[in-house]
Amino acid sequence: MSTPTGHIDAAGKKMGMWFFLFTEILFFGGMFLLYSIYRYKYAQDFHNAAAEENIVLGTVNTAILLTSSFCIALSISAVRRGERFFSSWLQLVTIVMGIAFLVIKYFEWMAKIDIGIYPDSPVLLKMAGGEIIFFGLYYVMTGLHGLHVLVGCVVIAFMMRFTLKQTIHRGNVARLENTGLYWHFVDIVWIYLYPLFYLIT
Amino acid sequence: MAQTSESPGEASFYTRTGRYRWAIIEWMMSTDHKRIGVMYLCAILSFFSVGVVLGFLIRLSLLDPGWLMDAQTYNEFFTVHGVIQIFLFIIPGIPVAFGNIFLPILIGAQDVAFPRINRLSWWLYVTGALIVLLSLFLKGSPPDTGWTFYAPYSIRTPANISTAVLGVFVLGFSSILTGLNFVTTIHRMRAPGMGWFRMPAFPWTLYATGWVQMLATPVLAITLLFIVLGRFFGVGFFDPNKGGDPILYEHLFWMYSHPAVYIMVLPAMGIISEIVPVFSRRALFGYVAVCMSALGIAIVGYAVWGHHMFTSGMSDTARVIFSFITFLVAVPSGVKIFNWVATLYKGSISLDAPLLFACSFIFTFSIGGLTGLIIGSLAPNLHLHGTYFIVGHFHYVMFGGAGISILAGLHYWFPKITGRMYSERYARIGWLNFFVGFHILYFSMFVLGFQGMPRRYFDYPPQYHTGHVVSTMGSWFLALGLVIIFGNLLYGIFKGQRAPADPWGGKTLEWTISSPPPPENFREIPVITRGAYPYDDEEVREAP
Amino acid sequence: MNDQPREMHIVPTRTYAAVWLVLLILLAATLAVARLQLLARYSVLGSLLIATVKAGLVLAFFMHLMYEGRFLKSLLLLTLSALMLFIGLTFVDVWYR
Repeated sequence: MSTPTGHIDAAGKKMGMWFFLFTEILFFGGMFLLYSIYRYKYAQDFHNAAAEENIVLGTVNTAILLTSSFCIALSISAVRRGERFFSSWLQLVTIVMGIAFLVIKYFEWMAKIDIGIYPDSPVLLKMAGGEIIFFGLYYVMTGLHGLHVLVGCVVIAFMMRFTLKQTIHRGNVARLENTGLYWHFVDIVWIYLYPLFYLIT
Repeated sequence: MAQTSESPGEASFYTRTGRYRWAIIEWMMSTDHKRIGVMYLCAILSFFSVGVVLGFLIRLSLLDPGWLMDAQTYNEFFTVHGVIQIFLFIIPGIPVAFGNIFLPILIGAQDVAFPRINRLSWWLYVTGALIVLLSLFLKGSPPDTGWTFYAPYSIRTPANISTAVLGVFVLGFSSILTGLNFVTTIHRMRAPGMGWFRMPAFPWTLYATGWVQMLATPVLAITLLFIVLGRFFGVGFFDPNKGGDPILYEHLFWMYSHPAVYIMVLPAMGIISEIVPVFSRRALFGYVAVCMSALGIAIVGYAVWGHHMFTSGMSDTARVIFSFITFLVAVPSGVKIFNWVATLYKGSISLDAPLLFACSFIFTFSIGGLTGLIIGSLAPNLHLHGTYFIVGHFHYVMFGGAGISILAGLHYWFPKITGRMYSERYARIGWLNFFVGFHILYFSMFVLGFQGMPRRYFDYPPQYHTGHVVSTMGSWFLALGLVIIFGNLLYGIFKGQRAPADPWGGKTLEWTISSPPPPENFREIPVITRGAYPYDDEEVREAP
Repeated sequence: MNDQPREMHIVPTRTYAAVWLVLLILLAATLAVARLQLLARYSVLGSLLIATVKAGLVLAFFMHLMYEGRFLKSLLLLTLSALMLFIGLTFVDVWYR
């Protein structure tokens, strides 16, 4: 937004982005609520079902997202110092790591689908109630999270273009900063998903 | 100081800018909060009218169940009536219409914080509304679950639930963005000198509402998504056959839908807080308490959702706690009622239409609120849940509350928005019909409910017949009243006398600019040196 | 309310790198706690607490919350409280059924 003098209110834009993230906290929060209630109700079933998860892939994915957060944070500092090519390169690395995350997720999902574990499958429906819920939550929560990662990658790609064209520059970093905020949020959601799905066995 | 322009030659925000060839494109592409607000106003009033017709037909059917529609159709009627009135009319309602038009002006700004996101909100609203309406006409039947979409029926019914729910999801996103926009606007764009406690009451309520929109609506969004995932992929979070718990659906649904009623009523109370001082020529009594109570209602309102679920199978402990907290929320609401009445006391009253409607709000909302305490008590609730008592209660607070407040705001701000005046005579005739019809229609529901008549029932045993006939006849008066009210306003738009900048003697910033406002609200951003309701100040009292 | 961004200063790369390393160490710690059952019955709780520390570091440094005003921090707290309230009151139902 701008005042009549054309001055851009960067603080206002940042405030708006934080507010949007607050809404996302509640959005994912609804899923975490279901998880916590059902975990309380089906502690043993959750424990059993979690054995299906591939802890190596989960840990690798966590490391990937943490590193990608590091990269995008650095890319903002780079723009502030006027280093637009370095910044764009860091943004590219962030995107690549995001895609790597999604690829690994794809393989995890495929592994489960191959052994017949997916919503409403005959194999799943024969399992205990808590296990059915666990896998339902797994697909929904990692699925929505993955969707957010994908959207993030697309947005960062746009930011790369703006950085190279200098629409984003040391005097106007708001868009990139807000993109970074979004990306870190997605990272934080995963920081919680990881122990809840991979480490409760 | 007044920037009045009564010469018809000067441009208003309606004047074509010529940027686009077609007027409709120019308006749909506009980022001007006033144009967006006017478009929203037309949309919500149109959907309101559709909802009224549906309600009218429901009451007609109840005169003699089966003569007008069968049971399945009846279920679809009350579902769609609820969905339209709640999601297309009353939740967006005051914020998107009066909020959009007046918030920036009231705080001395030229527009909202994010005008393009404002336009996106409008487009999302239109899209969401169209998707919801689509669910009525697609193959399969219109939704028949009630507007609450309870699982597991909403997962299993063959009706067009996914479409309707997707539409509501999009509408929710529109609501979130509006709230975000308004909260940021109030934080960042108040005019110089306008501290928080010089801001009028209506923006305060929009602020509190914005927080509710931001923090509660996402819970609805994810819940609706769960319905779609259940219908399409068999994800059974609420299906007992798949380990799920239907009560959790109710928790998630009401976690949003209770705060949602505060989205409906807080801005409505804000409008009353604006009207009462002007028409009694007195400062708003206890202004700080009125503003704080808006926040109080919003905060406590987050913790009471369980009172919609007392008979669902929740634990006793939860029920007692929710009932107790429900009683607490009556306190800040009571603060407002007392303060409005105290403002009127010994004031110089002019009972013009805006104040007539505002007083009706105070009366009607009080009845609604008191009956809320009855059903907020655990023991009576066990008898009254699912009966017409509930239907009476929520129509009193939603229609008698927010609905009447919209009528009040329409009359109050009519000259400012349209640049013309309506006929005071027909406004009062319309009001009388509406008021009498309203109470006949809805008070009889308290009686019916107390006698045991269940809600959402197509048919009933003969002992309830008289109550239903009385109620339906009330709906005829109400409908007539609405026709007269809207007819009067519509006539006024085309044939009304030209209105000056300040026909009422209002002291908030919208009355310092022309009627209708120019495209750029203020030639110069005002510098604020006093509070919002200076009626007790020396120079104002002595003014003509 | 001024229009200048609150922190024009640039966080040093050193700080970011240190945070990143700590995050990776904490990741290893979470894994160890869970797999080796280092805290026995409280292993899951322990993993979640470590996750919260990680989230806190990302919030404070990568998202600059450390350098932002008290106001934004309190709004975040408000949001998290709303979520905790929702989860908490729902638990009051489920616990006592």
